[in-house]
Amino acid sequence: MPLELAARAHVSPLRTALTPALSFAAALLLGGLVVWLMGRSPVKAFDVYLIQPLTQGWAIQEIFLKATPLLLIAIGLSFCYRADRWNIGAEGQFVMGGLCGGGVAIACQGIGAWWVLPLMLSAGILGGMAYGALPAVLRNRLGVSEILSSLMLVYVAQLLLDWLVRGPWRDRKAFNMPQSITFDPAATLPALLPGGRVHWGLVFALLAALVAWYVLSRTVFGFAVRATGEAPKAARFGGFDAQRVTLTTFLISGGLAGLAGIAEVAGQIRQLQPVISPGYGFTAIIVAFLGRLSPPGIVLASVVMAVILIGAENAQIALKLPLDVAMIFQGLLLFCLLGGEALTRHRLVWMRA
Amino acid sequence: MSFAFLVFLSIITAATPLLLAALGEHVVEKSGVLNLGVEGMMIMGASLGFAVAILTGSSVLAIGAGIGAGMTLAGLFALFAVWGAANQVASGLALTILGTGVANVAGVSFIGMKRETIPSLSIPYLTDIPFLGRLLFGQDPFVYASLALALGISWWLGSTRGGLVLRGIGDNHSSAHALGHDVRVVRTLAILFGGGCAGLAGAYLSLIYTPFWSPGMTAGRGWIALAIVVFAGGRVWRLVLGAYLFGGMSMLQLHAQAGAIGIPAQFLSSLPYVATILALVLLGLRERRSQGNGTMFAKPFIPDR
Amino acid sequence: MKSWIKAALGAVAAAGLAASASAQEKLKVGFIYVGPVGDFGWTYQHDQGRLAIEKEFGARIETTFVEKVPENDSERAIEQLARTGHKLIYTTSFGYMEPTLRVAARYPGVKFEHATGVKRAANVATYSAKFHEGRYIAGQIAGRMTKTNTLGYVGAFPIPEVIAGINAFYLGAKSVNPNVKIKIVWVNSWFDPPKEADAAKVLLDQGVDVLTQHTDSPAPVQAASARGVLSFGQASDMSRFAPNHVLTSIIDDWNPYYIERTKAVLDGTWASKDTFDGLAKGKVVMGPYRNMPDDVKKMAETTEAGLRAGTMDAFKCPVLDQAGKPVECKGGDRLSDEQVFSMNFYVQGIDDKIPQ
Repeated sequence: MPLELAARAHVSPLRTALTPALSFAAALLLGGLVVWLMGRSPVKAFDVYLIQPLTQGWAIQEIFLKATPLLLIAIGLSFCYRADRWNIGAEGQFVMGGLCGGGVAIACQGIGAWWVLPLMLSAGILGGMAYGALPAVLRNRLGVSEILSSLMLVYVAQLLLDWLVRGPWRDRKAFNMPQSITFDPAATLPALLPGGRVHWGLVFALLAALVAWYVLSRTVFGFAVRATGEAPKAARFGGFDAQRVTLTTFLISGGLAGLAGIAEVAGQIRQLQPVISPGYGFTAIIVAFLGRLSPPGIVLASVVMAVILIGAENAQIALKLPLDVAMIFQGLLLFCLLGGEALTRHRLVWMRA
Repeated sequence: MSFAFLVFLSIITAATPLLLAALGEHVVEKSGVLNLGVEGMMIMGASLGFAVAILTGSSVLAIGAGIGAGMTLAGLFALFAVWGAANQVASGLALTILGTGVANVAGVSFIGMKRETIPSLSIPYLTDIPFLGRLLFGQDPFVYASLALALGISWWLGSTRGGLVLRGIGDNHSSAHALGHDVRVVRTLAILFGGGCAGLAGAYLSLIYTPFWSPGMTAGRGWIALAIVVFAGGRVWRLVLGAYLFGGMSMLQLHAQAGAIGIPAQFLSSLPYVATILALVLLGLRERRSQGNGTMFAKPFIPDR
Repeated sequence: MKSWIKAALGAVAAAGLAASASAQEKLKVGFIYVGPVGDFGWTYQHDQGRLAIEKEFGARIETTFVEKVPENDSERAIEQLARTGHKLIYTTSFGYMEPTLRVAARYPGVKFEHATGVKRAANVATYSAKFHEGRYIAGQIAGRMTKTNTLGYVGAFPIPEVIAGINAFYLGAKSVNPNVKIKIVWVNSWFDPPKEADAAKVLLDQGVDVLTQHTDSPAPVQAASARGVLSFGQASDMSRFAPNHVLTSIIDDWNPYYIERTKAVLDGTWASKDTFDGLAKGKVVMGPYRNMPDDVKKMAETTEAGLRAGTMDAFKCPVLDQAGKPVECKGGDRLSDEQVFSMNFYVQGIDDKIPQ
């Protein structure tokens, strides 16, 4: 082939830091092209999608509200992905967390004690952890691909929630509609600012990011995770047990996704419904990549993604652009990121025949 | 006509798109690549296939468009995952998201339009044989295509040199490269083939299954096709079995409801997914691979010099 | 000299007039849809309502819609409409109830209309339609047209509105054909064409020869037509999808209600209330009766007139539950609106259980 990829001997930090920004810019250009092909002004679209959400007070709240679950899940995913374990089932772990925590809320209806909320949160985390452990155990014991097992489990979790909300956990007084009781105030995650919409989930998310950064960069475990992903043979040689890394990263990822689930249910939705996630578990995968699997990057990436999602809704109203254009943009963005990644670590070389 | 027979007929139509997509992905997997973008390619096939059918009135062109759409998207995946050495999981997901978005947007002007379904086969005497006649000679063309494809792929992979090379690349790309085979070209061709099959499966949905377009009409079938590929554990006959089983499962769930059998619908709906996990477990028990497929699929191939 | 002063004054005056004319601001009306406008069912009909008010009020209003808003993530979209100056907002699905109420509390100057809702506020009205009246008529037609005495029902979710529809359909059929039986399949989605087609095929396999649906796409109608089976359309006139097999459609006609309520906001006479109308007020419209013999058509028309006049009712007491016990009759000689609205039991004769 005349054009080849050759690994760069040395990747400068500048290049590494610039790449996501340049990829984003490339995606913007392509997205603008798509918008133009659809007969709208790309400049106006840029304004509606990106500028408006960032410059209007109410929108900033909504961005943080939307970024919270994305951040929590993506941080967890970064552990798995760094270790070369591909957890695609975060959506299912999210649902499980919401389900378990919500179940506690329903069981404790009317009690109104201070410990209800912490119990719910714990239940959510544990539920997500247990569910995340399944693909890990299957991989460790039986060599089952975690990609497929975690993905299949997503559907199982969704169907389980659906059955519970339509059946045993349905609010009998709500005209038989498929929803649970509205949670008591004691079972609701309070808002950070009175009257605001952003809830404590954001605090959990930021804390998780901080802890994750520390663990990944400063602790032995973090090193084990990174080594297992980047140089598995060397890692084994160095005494790191790959199976333990598998299990632990999945537990972390599942737990954080579960926390995101119960935070969303207790903070935003305040009841259980058949569907509690507009695909956060899958969007978080993009966020993790956009943030280059590093906690500070992921914080930024989750904000960017939230802006895009909110911008897409605005674009429906302001530009009559279908919601799916946002999906196109997300796909383009991910491809541009992958291309940028590849070009960062490799060079294009002309080969003499 | 007997009830069981009718049930079986409905399973065939439900299984066919799954089988088509799974066959394509099977070839891709044999070459050592995991393309998670099946859902995206499928829905693109459904959208573009229907659009071309409405615009040109020709079913043949529509089918071609569906295949082409799938292949184009697959080409994008190949560009990144094979030639760009990008992460396969992420590339596949990006493909699904992009494909779904483009398909839904492209299909917007075609919502609400309808067209006649492609007629089933009808051979004067053969089709009229009771029971077997309709079953064997009265299906729509896609069903025959899917079974022919299954036979063809099985033969090609097992008995031709090309198939051997492909499988060799899938088993160990470094050795194959050392032997002089162009790993990336073969993989790209396999990926394009897989894309064409997925696009064809999508076109089936919008041209025959429910002859109109609606956003998101593939409803996760692409993911189920992936599950079937894994369920098959490398054997084409198990692929066919898996497709019919999974297609059957979703139909049986509805039959159970209609027959007032009181099993919760969600439980029955979850069976295909649970079955896949069980199949994975059984395969794992048999093979006892210590590392698992994840690592192999995620590593792109870059020829070293 | 004087001429340009005159001209300038004239210009200022003109500008002033123009300013006061634009002070007569457009009323911005927003719509939140749960599905795609192209579903040809529930959302499509609401959008027809939106187009109707655009036609009726022309330059006095400006409409916006947001489609495919998931119920559990709707608060932001509703608030966005409120925030961007929309003074009348229609939220067209039950699941938007709590978010609508929460946004309404924050924007007391904005009027909200919540479809199929049960909770109201000073600035939140609710509205629904007595679709079950149409079901009763459809049931009677089905009862007369069936040869196998087995009717099929493709349901979305086992919520009261759908249950009431099933019961009304069955009671209608039984009133003209005591031997009739019904089979029900749940798709668990309002809009999933392939699954709806599957459900239809399954019912047909089980011997159904007249099909009806409470899901939003024309897939069941098409699937039935492919096998030569008669069917009923839902929410919009689906006869064009199967011209030789659709008997009638139960059409949601929101146009008159939307025009009435939008006018009320424009006139300043809007007040919160609950509206639960049916054939009488034109909320429910039957599609043209086709593909049936004249005497069946006559019967349908008579029943329609009777329901409209109130002399007939789908749920005339005594209504027996599955065990055969009469249900308490709270509406005089018929079940009350509230009972219909919260119906969660099957009537006698339906050999099935509501999925729990």
